[in-house]
Amino acid sequence: MSDTPARLGVFKTYKLYVGGKFPRSESGRVYEVTDSKDKWLANAPLASRKDARDAVVAARKAFGGWSGATAYNRGQILYRIAEMLEGRRDQFVREVADAEGLSKSKAAAQVDAAVDRWVWYAGWTDKIGQIAGGANPVAGPFFNLSTPEPTGVVAVLAPRKSSFLGLVSVVAPVIATGNTAVVIASEESPLPALSLGEVLATSDLPGGVVNVLSGRTAEIAAPLAAHQDVNAIDLTGAADDEALAKELETAAADNLKRVLRPQAVDWNETPGTGRLTAFLETKTVWHPTGSLGASGSSY
Amino acid sequence: MNQTSTPASPSPFEYAPAPESRSVVDIAPSYGLFIDGEFAEAAEGKVFKTISPATEEVLSEVARAGAEDVDRAVRAARKAFEKWSALPGAERAKYLFRIARIIQERSRELAVLETLDNGKPIKETRDADLPLVAAHFFYYAGWADKLDHAGYGPNPRPLGVAGQVIPWNFPLLMLAWKIAPALAAGNTVVLKPAETTPLSALFFADICRQAGLPKGVVNIIPGYGEAGAALVEHPDVNKVAFTGSTAVGKAIARQVAGTRKKVTLELGGKGANIVFDDAPIDQAVEGIVGGIFFNQGQVCCAGSRLLVQESIQDELLDSLKRRLSTLRLGDPLDKNTDIGAINSAEQLARITALAEAGEAEGAERWSPACELPSSGYWFAPTVFTGVTQAHTIARDEIFGPVLSVLTFRTPDEAVAKANNSPYGLSAGIWTEKGSRILAVANKLRAGVVWANTFNKFDPTSPFGGYKESGFGREGGRHGLEAYLDV
Repeated sequence: MSDTPARLGVFKTYKLYVGGKFPRSESGRVYEVTDSKDKWLANAPLASRKDARDAVVAARKAFGGWSGATAYNRGQILYRIAEMLEGRRDQFVREVADAEGLSKSKAAAQVDAAVDRWVWYAGWTDKIGQIAGGANPVAGPFFNLSTPEPTGVVAVLAPRKSSFLGLVSVVAPVIATGNTAVVIASEESPLPALSLGEVLATSDLPGGVVNVLSGRTAEIAAPLAAHQDVNAIDLTGAADDEALAKELETAAADNLKRVLRPQAVDWNETPGTGRLTAFLETKTVWHPTGSLGASGSSY
Repeated sequence: MNQTSTPASPSPFEYAPAPESRSVVDIAPSYGLFIDGEFAEAAEGKVFKTISPATEEVLSEVARAGAEDVDRAVRAARKAFEKWSALPGAERAKYLFRIARIIQERSRELAVLETLDNGKPIKETRDADLPLVAAHFFYYAGWADKLDHAGYGPNPRPLGVAGQVIPWNFPLLMLAWKIAPALAAGNTVVLKPAETTPLSALFFADICRQAGLPKGVVNIIPGYGEAGAALVEHPDVNKVAFTGSTAVGKAIARQVAGTRKKVTLELGGKGANIVFDDAPIDQAVEGIVGGIFFNQGQVCCAGSRLLVQESIQDELLDSLKRRLSTLRLGDPLDKNTDIGAINSAEQLARITALAEAGEAEGAERWSPACELPSSGYWFAPTVFTGVTQAHTIARDEIFGPVLSVLTFRTPDEAVAKANNSPYGLSAGIWTEKGSRILAVANKLRAGVVWANTFNKFDPTSPFGGYKESGFGREGGRHGLEAYLDV
């Protein structure tokens, strides 16, 4: 026994991440987050419908700038996120270990994979257009080019179980192409997601591009699914609740949101391009090529 | 020598000198060959001097590779290939991302170095070369773990050892165009920089060290044509990539005949910059100036033939000459300099001889009033009018700040003249009519066509020539094909 008492740690107040800022829930509510052995970890904000609507406003406001940035610029910023995450590796390993009941080494593997996943998607920003778009050889004297464009504001229900690798795997593809996101963190394990907000805030990512809410998934998802200014919704976090998934998809039909239905995913596998293309529109531009003709002729 | 028919009016823009500091770069008195992760002297002990073409000051003494060194470098690359190509793409990607980031961090140092060794203005190295170099590595880094998606079938394989020979006009950028896709695809490389501009490639070797790149993946062997020829001929080289003159490109094509080596060649050009009567004149003039005077015209895709519609010839040329009178020629390290030094005495002699041929054959020569520095290699911006298709200066690549002006009456005539060249690298079209742009572009036999702009480059965009401007493409998804066994 030492003479001096062990130093008392300083707890972090976990807060939402909305519009580049860290507010508490406007409702003033929190809920208790515990580890896999029911040990208290933190009081996370219990976000309300109003918080969800505020997040959509922030995401919409950020959409013009983010979707208008060059793909190269977005790639640089996504890569910057990976750099910042790498520096906070220990913190995330601890949080993931607590959240998912994993050993330090297994949690570390999850965090490493999540960093690499940011790098993977950073590389896609300026390539997806070359895979998902292209010139169409139409039968006529026309230049005809199809290009993918982001759909807009995407509500993302992050996976319940994979609190960090799964989270990164659903958020990165949404913003890589220029969408902005309102993310509902895993209800049971929201802390890695709330900490991710702190990384995003210091990675040159404009405020509002990613907004992170914690709370009851069903309570927050309902107003987002019905929100008229949300363009798409990823229902991954409703994977183990078919009734909720159906209810949200039904609500989403009101303004024909693009819906990514829940599906079984192994987050450790290298993803394909499905999560990128799920939130892209295709725009096809036609222009006459005319014939060469003489000067001043009918071009 | 230079006719200055229009006396320049006193410029309203008088600048005080604003030189970029040289202290940001530390050039060693001598450099070795970079083989298998180590700097070493050449086997025969030969060296050559690299100088600043703006001052003729000796910058450093560099080991000169011979056939034995080439062999050692190829063996190092072969040895490194097995592990490098077996790495997961995601790991190769992270090496390339590191390189991209370190280039960004050291970009001012590299820009000053490149300006010193090449002679081009700091404005260009700082704002064009270096950002493009970093972007190129960044772009191809992202491909390393996505090759399955590139459209060449599942799990495309690298070729092996790539022998790469690059020119002096964009030393580090050409290195990036060669090394980034090669490494992303899983190849290892032996690269020979040009003998007049070896330094930035040697600094790149240091960047590989900082990035922790495994030994032997990148080998840099400065030298002359003999080293390039030995590299191309080496039996254990699987891929040859060359950027340079059409004459050497043809020699390489002959050398590799009968082998299984994959080849890409990016060669000379005689780009036509076509200006129609409805073009926005001021924008066109900027495009013409950038098209031929960017990098002192030492650009393979330069718009060295101006094809102007007859009805706007006078207006356009007046405007062009006025604009040329505002260009500032001089110290490449000065941030206000537009036109730097010609890269070498040899290149200056070639430009001078071709310009003299232009005069001798009857074209009319014009340059703005322009004081040339007393030391170094300099050539004033020069415009030839009254040029016909038969003139040497309309046919041969000058690779200098010399613009040949021809005229046309109809779009058909413009296209016929533009295509009347053994080259087919680049072209420009200036008109407000979209349909005319596309109709003319359809007819041009050129690998890159710029409309209402010129000399635009991006790592995502394939670049390369038709006809005797070479074959294969660099940049974009297409650029991967050159380094994959497909």
